[in-house]
Amino acid sequence: MGDTRKKAGTEPATQASERVLGRRDLVRLGLVAGAGSAGYLFSNRAFSAPGRGDVDDAEVRDCLLRGGVGQSGRGNAQSPQTTPFVEPLPIPPVKQPVASLTPAPQVDPLPGEGRTRPHQALTRFPPKKLYEIRQREARHRFHRDLPPSTVWGFDGIVPGPTFHARYGEPILVRNFNDLPQNHRGFGIPQVSTHLHNGHTPSESDGFPTDFFPFVVGGPQRFYDQHYPNVLAGFSRQYPPNGDPREAMSTLWYHDHRVDFTAPNVYKGLAGFYLLFNDKDTGDETTGFRLPSGPFDVPMMFADKLFDRDGQLFFDLFNFDGLLGDKFTVNGKIQPFFRVQPRRYRFRWLNGGPSRFYELFLTDPNDRRRAIPFTQISSDGNLLPSSITQTSVRLSVAQRADVVVDFSQFRPGTSLILENRLEQRNGRGPTGDILAAGQGDALLRFDVVQPGTPDRSLPPPYTFYEVNRPTRAELDAANVRIWEFERGNGQWQVNGEFFDGNEIRASIPEGASEIWVLRNRSGGWQHPIHIHFEELQILSRNGAPPPPNERGRNDVVRLGFNEEVRVFVRFRDFVGRYPMHCHNTIHEDHAMMIRFDVVRA
Amino acid sequence: MALMSRRQWLAAAVTVPAAGALVGWRAAVTANAEGIKGGYFPNVWLYTHEGRRVRFYDDLVRGKVVVVSFMYSKCRGVCPGITQNLARVQRLLEPSVGRDVFMYSISIKPDEDTPEVLGRYVAGLGIGPGWSFLTGAPDDIERIRRSLGAVDPDPAVDADKSQHIGMLRYGNERLERWAACPGGAKPEWIAQSIRWMTDEGASRHGTEAAL
Repeated sequence: MGDTRKKAGTEPATQASERVLGRRDLVRLGLVAGAGSAGYLFSNRAFSAPGRGDVDDAEVRDCLLRGGVGQSGRGNAQSPQTTPFVEPLPIPPVKQPVASLTPAPQVDPLPGEGRTRPHQALTRFPPKKLYEIRQREARHRFHRDLPPSTVWGFDGIVPGPTFHARYGEPILVRNFNDLPQNHRGFGIPQVSTHLHNGHTPSESDGFPTDFFPFVVGGPQRFYDQHYPNVLAGFSRQYPPNGDPREAMSTLWYHDHRVDFTAPNVYKGLAGFYLLFNDKDTGDETTGFRLPSGPFDVPMMFADKLFDRDGQLFFDLFNFDGLLGDKFTVNGKIQPFFRVQPRRYRFRWLNGGPSRFYELFLTDPNDRRRAIPFTQISSDGNLLPSSITQTSVRLSVAQRADVVVDFSQFRPGTSLILENRLEQRNGRGPTGDILAAGQGDALLRFDVVQPGTPDRSLPPPYTFYEVNRPTRAELDAANVRIWEFERGNGQWQVNGEFFDGNEIRASIPEGASEIWVLRNRSGGWQHPIHIHFEELQILSRNGAPPPPNERGRNDVVRLGFNEEVRVFVRFRDFVGRYPMHCHNTIHEDHAMMIRFDVVRA
Repeated sequence: MALMSRRQWLAAAVTVPAAGALVGWRAAVTANAEGIKGGYFPNVWLYTHEGRRVRFYDDLVRGKVVVVSFMYSKCRGVCPGITQNLARVQRLLEPSVGRDVFMYSISIKPDEDTPEVLGRYVAGLGIGPGWSFLTGAPDDIERIRRSLGAVDPDPAVDADKSQHIGMLRYGNERLERWAACPGGAKPEWIAQSIRWMTDEGASRHGTEAAL
């Protein structure tokens, strides 16, 4: 994240590309727009990196299959044109609890329930709130210039509703599979919902083979997921309520059906789950006093493709990773968002399937100006202290909470949220940072007149310490090496293939381990996600991690040939969990292992 | 159809017209059902190891649950292991193979894998019905390979047949439901993944087979 070395290396390309821009290019980029236009740099083009000459067959094929130029910018077809910044950013509604569920939740699986194992913590953490959510097919309009597309959403919306949860307030979510069982096309109507980053008992974690279909007249229709919303460490080291340093904030939930996660999530099965406590309160007058309420805004980024009929398109037969040429935020292509001249908290999430982002704020009238913001979390976990950044990198499934202070801009100013990380194919980004205005425009911020007084505190912020491993813990930790390889187009971890029934590591509950994650797959990058427990990065390629990787994470970005050592404590709950690549195309092609936490 | 000599085979293979121009294929690719069929399953003529002439889409894929692998008879790399795995998968899926599930192994060296060569190869495997080894005109095979995504993004790797893809494409054509898994995975896992695509398997819970 914020890798200045790479940025510096791209300056010549920047200048070159600017030199050769002719009027036609400028018109295309929207610089020379009609009289009276604000003259934004960005069209809705997919991409415009300079110096593209090489063409390889696989890319051409991908290009053709998509019916679009994708990232390559050189095909003869693409998603239909859409006008940027004409619709407001949608904010998913907050999910509301229900008074009761019938039949009432119980420890053992209920008749008609898809769950196969008893709840291991329902008695200890009885739910204080009950929810009912339904996965449904719906028609969704990604842009006013496109017809509605068929999507699958939690409660029929994309993204799904946002859960507001609190530590000390366990909840139970009854998840109904109401997806059409005779469905044809991409996506499979069998689901296993994962709460990403959750410290969740296995039976509620959404293990990839814990999916259940909904059969008309058949037994399996819903699945009760119990989220204790408890701090890790409650059972041994920090009874009874856990280690306060383990508090999480920005989680998300999404489908995890084995081999079909990419199409199901791409089709819309994802939403936010925000966790609050007595410090990160959701009220800007208390606790950390972060921007709150309407000024605390989740943003899910997801790139998509649309066919010539304007329908959402997914390449069923892609093995490398899918890149879209339309950039959605909370389900809308290139929306605008009106902001008051005050501080906002944005919860940025890379919703996949394969693209990495490096996010910048770009002033269209002064592109060279670096606009700082404050990064407060990595993967949704508040950092020990906030960091001033001008960009933040997110691989798939990673989150970053940031605070942006718009009071530095006059009302009437517009800024572009821009992804400037170059990525030409699904294998991973090149690492080059494109010149400002040459990247992908995700959203336009429009600064309006002041309204609500800002009662949040300005940065810098200090949050939770990290519960660093002690020398004794490090000495006692079992070391496991996980090598991610690729041979004959098949993903292997330590030379073996994924099998949902095969336990590749058994870890006693309460133990800590050091996992060495090695990317030995050559020209590929992988966001590796470990379920259940957070990890701390001990070293990246033998060196200390950069500042924004010194907190807690649940995804490790493995660049080309990188090796990252992480420390993980496996606490409190037992059962099966996966570790996998979160490029969901790789994930669906078996880049995954199962580990089990077992009673000590 | 009688088995051909290698010479006859080569002559036949090159005279088979390239079915459907690439342009048509591209134009057909959309998210709708026709687009999926047209884009992913070129309906080219192929030959089975028994010498039967068949259309890839119409005769082999349409309306079926299938698993497709790529191989060549002289492969000393991943093929022997994958073929052995698939033989076990076939037994595990008994009696479905040939009835509810169809298995196809397509030669990526069609110039040397004549139907007769494949016939001899199959004879040594002792496999049951419902599993065809396929060859055809090199251009047609190449189209299938590309349309099924069995292409390495690195052109050098892609050109090296010994590094050819070991992933199995499996799915249910009637539902346009497709996935893939490594051919090197355990036969039980491969069989389970395929079973989930069948009408019977579609109503099953994911952990039913879990131990």
